[in-house]
Amino acid sequence: MTDIAELESNNLTRIDGAADLAALDEARVAILGKSGNVTLLARTLGSVSLEERKVLGPQINQMRDRLAARIEARKAELEAAELEAQLAASRVDLSLPAPPRRRGGVHPTMQVMDELVAVFADMGFGVAEGPDIETDFNNFTALNFPPKHPAREMHDTFFLPPDANGDRKVLRTHTSPVQVRVMHRTNEKLPGWIASGQEPPIRVIVPGRTFRQESDRTHTPMFHQIEGLVIDKGIHMGHLKWTLETFIARFFETDRVTTRFRPHHFPFTEPSAEIDVKCDRSGGEVRIGEGEDWLEILGCGMVHPNVLRNCGLDPDVWQGFAFGCGVDRLGVLKYGMPDLRDMFAADVRWLAHYGFSAFAAPNPASGLS
Amino acid sequence: MKFTLSWLREHLDTSASVAEVVEAMTMAGLEVEHVDDPGARLAAFSVARIVEAVQHPNADRLRVCQVDTVDGRKEIVCGAPNARAGLTTIYAPIGACIPANGLVLEARPVRGVVSNGMLCSAAELQTAEESDGILELDAGLAVGTPAAVALGLEAVIDFEVTPNRPDWLGVDGVARDLAAAGLGRLKTPAITPVAGGFPCPVQIRLDDSGACPAFAGRLIRGVRNGPSPDWLQRKLLSIGLRPISALVDITNLITFDRARPLHVYDAARLSGGWIEARLGREGERVEALDGKTYAAGPETCVIADASGAIGLGGVMGGASTGCSETTTDVFIESAWFDPIRIAQTGRTLGIASDAQYRFARGVDPESLLPGLELATRLILDICGGEPSEAVLAGQAPAPPAPFAFDRGYVEALSGLSIGRERIDGILSALGFGLDGETVAPPSWRRDVEGKADLVEEVARIAGYGALPSTPLPPARPAPGGVLTVRQSRMRTARRALAAFGYAEAVTSSFMKRATAETFGGGAPELVLSNPIAADLDCMRPSILPNLIEAVGRNTRRGYPDAALFEIGPIYRGDQPGDQSTVIAAVVSPHPARRWDGRDVDALFALKGDLEALLGEIGAPALQMVQGDSSPWWSPGRSARLQLGPKTVIAEFGEIHPAVLKAQDVDGPVLGFELHLDLLPEPKRREVKTRPAFQPSPLMPLSRDFAFLLPEDAPAGDLVRPILAADKALITEARIFDVYQGPGVPEGFKSVAVEVRIQPREQTLTEADIETLSARIVGAAEKACGARLRS
Repeated sequence: MTDIAELESNNLTRIDGAADLAALDEARVAILGKSGNVTLLARTLGSVSLEERKVLGPQINQMRDRLAARIEARKAELEAAELEAQLAASRVDLSLPAPPRRRGGVHPTMQVMDELVAVFADMGFGVAEGPDIETDFNNFTALNFPPKHPAREMHDTFFLPPDANGDRKVLRTHTSPVQVRVMHRTNEKLPGWIASGQEPPIRVIVPGRTFRQESDRTHTPMFHQIEGLVIDKGIHMGHLKWTLETFIARFFETDRVTTRFRPHHFPFTEPSAEIDVKCDRSGGEVRIGEGEDWLEILGCGMVHPNVLRNCGLDPDVWQGFAFGCGVDRLGVLKYGMPDLRDMFAADVRWLAHYGFSAFAAPNPASGLS
Repeated sequence: MKFTLSWLREHLDTSASVAEVVEAMTMAGLEVEHVDDPGARLAAFSVARIVEAVQHPNADRLRVCQVDTVDGRKEIVCGAPNARAGLTTIYAPIGACIPANGLVLEARPVRGVVSNGMLCSAAELQTAEESDGILELDAGLAVGTPAAVALGLEAVIDFEVTPNRPDWLGVDGVARDLAAAGLGRLKTPAITPVAGGFPCPVQIRLDDSGACPAFAGRLIRGVRNGPSPDWLQRKLLSIGLRPISALVDITNLITFDRARPLHVYDAARLSGGWIEARLGREGERVEALDGKTYAAGPETCVIADASGAIGLGGVMGGASTGCSETTTDVFIESAWFDPIRIAQTGRTLGIASDAQYRFARGVDPESLLPGLELATRLILDICGGEPSEAVLAGQAPAPPAPFAFDRGYVEALSGLSIGRERIDGILSALGFGLDGETVAPPSWRRDVEGKADLVEEVARIAGYGALPSTPLPPARPAPGGVLTVRQSRMRTARRALAAFGYAEAVTSSFMKRATAETFGGGAPELVLSNPIAADLDCMRPSILPNLIEAVGRNTRRGYPDAALFEIGPIYRGDQPGDQSTVIAAVVSPHPARRWDGRDVDALFALKGDLEALLGEIGAPALQMVQGDSSPWWSPGRSARLQLGPKTVIAEFGEIHPAVLKAQDVDGPVLGFELHLDLLPEPKRREVKTRPAFQPSPLMPLSRDFAFLLPEDAPAGDLVRPILAADKALITEARIFDVYQGPGVPEGFKSVAVEVRIQPREQTLTEADIETLSARIVGAAEKACGARLRS
């Protein structure tokens, strides 16, 4: 009788020694195949006594199961090794660059517009719009700039050619004509995007393009303004002050900004004010929230009774405030571009430097910028 | 408007410093633009005395001086011819910065002798335009006296006068507001009339045009004109005015002291014994005091005598009748001119004189006679002479009408809680007349027309610093957000395009007219009358040209690979409805070379971006039409996206090379322009729930079809009919191959389409699939004339 233990030991050595899957399969056939040594050994059981068979039978069966398991284990080992070898051979140089991808961005003026809309939407302001080419009435007369009045000279106005009646359209010098459009109810047939007269209470902001005939480091012939208008019963300058203080703190995203209300004159507000913020100019650039200097950032006031009357509202019933400020300039103050003219030059390097990520949409949860 | 502290103190009893005056002005609405403070500018400079001056050993023109200075005895080398022992002058120490040239003094040898400072001329200190030699000062000045004090230099405050406050164009008006604001006591000297010794020999006439409704005048005979006295010259110089002669200087003084412009005529040069304010006549011309000749037509108010027009009324006097050294009889004009006409004349003739500036904004109509009397008093004091009686012709406008003022309105409009006593105190201090509930504005406050104006007066004097900060009443937030669909789409488009790799630009609303014409614009009503530059004279009909130009600029700087977009207005006419919003993008593809050799087709990448953008902003399905694009597109490589047969929502493709050439830009440049306002808006639905998700439990399958199409037929047209062949089962149809060559008949192409089929309720049998395939083939044939390739 072959020594079972020795047979198993020899077989295990052979299995473990199989260098690859083919050798392992040869071993499997030699051990467990039809003429394999274990199969042959099992066949010899028929010629032994019943007693011996009762002892040897389970021994051989158990040995066969152990060898089969060892073959499977070795097979898994060899397969894993083969895969590793294949993978090692198909190495990719990942230091090579990915396909080029253009980096886009949002223009800082538009980012600031979105920031402003987010701040004011939170205070219940809607967004109204009006056309860039305006009538003299909406841009000036209705806003209490009498015809030929010197106050008009404060705005360096762009004119379009006179029509048959001698009336000249203007490029709006401020977003304030949209105040008139929002308050003044007319039968004019207009596209849906243009604000039409609505019944108070009114709470809107008006972002848009504005135009003045000037150009230097801090002025461009086209720029952007945002107007605010609140009309209701019992609105006074205290509400104006709170609104602007709140806006300034939220826009600059700091409580450290100190503001100052200072009397000024605008034909369409009475009383009128300008708002200064404290800043530091010592380093050649303006830094908001530090220093002892003042910087004017916007104009505002209570809507002039004549403007309310011109828009068909009774100033003894309705009161309200308006404010307006330069959006590009707010961007300059917050984000520090040195020359306003660069804003509209579409220089790809500038846009990449000062632009904002597409995913930096201002929202109340994560902040504005 | 400029003034000095000492000038202010003639009207205001105050001990306030310059800084305090500036602060009080700012907070009362007088916006200080600049303070020129020589005391600060010349802080390093002080009075010194030369003790000894000897010839420099090595230079003929230099002297070596021993000088007593604030820093003790110093040896200083000086090149001035007047440097001599005993001279009192100004000393600059080492380290001082010389105002005239910005040089900082260093102790270094001058021809071998070290100069420990510098002795200064007026020009070096910028207190005179030129000078020969160093300053020669009063010997009584103590060594060490600050230069600004020794030279009598004062801080000059320059502030912005808003158009509503012409009274601030006189120092008296500034003083009144500062007194009301609590800075001191108003003490403007009163004006006493001077009795005339004889009737005025010059008759004053006015026409009835209203150009000059009132004119006061008088003659003073026997005056001696010449340089005005030192105090008057210094006063004018202190605010940058050039002294001319005593008579003229007196009128300038009153212009700035009282905001009351006057004019003086040499009476000997007036003809006819009368003077008249009237409108000019066709062809009339006036040679003005500035030496230029101006046309004085019927829109202009002129002053005339028997010889014709002799001056531009309220704007500038004429050369022919001006006062000179030889003037002995002077006629003084104190008139009131219609502000609007004066403003217009100033603009038309391009004259901005001190008189024109004041009359255009409105001079106090009650200042005619007081101004005349003050001028008389000063002329008599300085030039002597004998005055005639004062004559007033016509009538100046009445002061603003009194109106009722409910003091409670102060709090209602401003939120400031101020008692009646304080309110009335402020108004009185500003010159308002109070009679019970009625308030009468003073004659110089023609801007005040209602109660809101009074609230401003009270609030600004009480101080805006006291304004409460009152939260706005809470507004019910709009349940669906505040933005319209269009506004939301603009925001989405901006973020989407930025994410797709396009950089947002903002470009001008104007462009060159010729370029606008190329892009379908340039209508005469959109050409600016006063453009800022010749190539920015026309409102844009399209954003594309601006972006193309930007590509050119970036290319010339070495950055040709640009992808830009802009969302903004275009203008088709001057009516509100002619303005619309477009989303425009351009790509100038210069991608970096790739190591894997793969390439992206820029035109189809752009098409993909446009389709993705349309998807993000919720556009409905659009129809593509090729071959009909606007002329600025390259005809074979552009297309439109339409909604129905007429509405063109977008155009895209390559820009026509001729258009690029005209703009001096190298191609190719690709782009699209999408008309946002033409996109229909989905209805805002109250219920936001979506239809239930019902995935099929069955496996989808796909079948490939190869169709033969005429080679010029749009392959993409196959997709829609195939999808429509069975809307329930077919979920997708994609072209994956286009082939021409052996095996495909001449003039045809083979288009392979993969159709994806999703069984819904039961597995499809082979027979079902064959029926479906037949429907697909039939639909493709019917719609496009396609044949299944066998």
